[in-house]
Amino acid sequence: MTNSLNLDRIKEIISAVVGEELSVDVNATPVCITISAAKLLPVCEAVYKHPDLYFDTLSCLTGLDNGKEAGTMEVVYNLYSIPFNHHLMLKVVLPREKAELDSVVSVWRTANWQEREAFDMYGIIFNNHPDLRRILMPADWEGYPLRKDYVQQEEYRGITVKSN
Amino acid sequence: MSDIKASSFDQFAKEVGSEVPIYQESLGNAGVIITKLDDLLNWSRLSSMFPMTFGLACCAIEFMSTGTTPYDMDRFGMAPRSSPRQADVMIVAGTVVFKMADRIKRLYEQMAEPRYVISMGSCSNCGGPYWQHGYHVVKGVDKIIPVDVYVPGCPPRPEALIGGILQLREKISKEGLIADRLKSE
Repeated sequence: MTNSLNLDRIKEIISAVVGEELSVDVNATPVCITISAAKLLPVCEAVYKHPDLYFDTLSCLTGLDNGKEAGTMEVVYNLYSIPFNHHLMLKVVLPREKAELDSVVSVWRTANWQEREAFDMYGIIFNNHPDLRRILMPADWEGYPLRKDYVQQEEYRGITVKSN
Repeated sequence: MSDIKASSFDQFAKEVGSEVPIYQESLGNAGVIITKLDDLLNWSRLSSMFPMTFGLACCAIEFMSTGTTPYDMDRFGMAPRSSPRQADVMIVAGTVVFKMADRIKRLYEQMAEPRYVISMGSCSNCGGPYWQHGYHVVKGVDKIIPVDVYVPGCPPRPEALIGGILQLREKISKEGLIADRLKSE
């Protein structure tokens, strides 16, 4: 887990990139830093390349739908540094009606399929993704199944979807 | 030729007779079996049902166990074939998702007649644990291909699958010639 010594250093490095006050949740496991969609790519590049941080692994990329009332969607990045054995969570909050942000495939190639999964399940658009198509559902499936307001289609290629 | 026992014909006739109706007449070391063409065809079909080698989920593990020595699927003349064109029985072992449905239908169509389908486990019977909220699961493989025998369980043990195989053998033993088969469909 990230210790407090590291956290100050992380905050210092990231705020130098972002250029403003950071929103940090120290109670999250691992520590979570919320950043804006516009600053995501520079921050990811910085935490990947910086010799003190060196987050060389994107352990998990998760999409999240907060529902119509909240009107937001989130993308959560769980980072891990193999040489330093420290963790960090980055979070981007997006407007629900226009959920778009930059792809981080240029930083971690493992993001390719994980971003495709988030696109498949939530319809979040990752700009500059090399191959953004559905990964789990069939290519001609309608809707995004893990959205809170998802209604499954009546039938798929002549097969009824609901049980009788 | 004294090593051929008089009983070997009787033994053979007894085995055949347990599966299809026959008339037998022993003549010394040999003998004559009289039966209907229907029954002869059925007997040959049910004695060598080659299942297709494929599995979709955890049921496939039980299907594999059924083929191992303790359960010995081979005693029913069943040897898994890796091509649908050589297979007689499709054992749908596991969860059928919509993405897989087209492939299964295609594999079924590639099998030569007469072909049979055993639906193994709750998922392929009716959707199983995904029946209500599983948007991605076909609620029963019988929505895409005709099923002969349903084996319940989650997953069914090899004994249960063998039970299903025996049911299918019984069904085949009662079939008529091709015209009857077409009539029933």
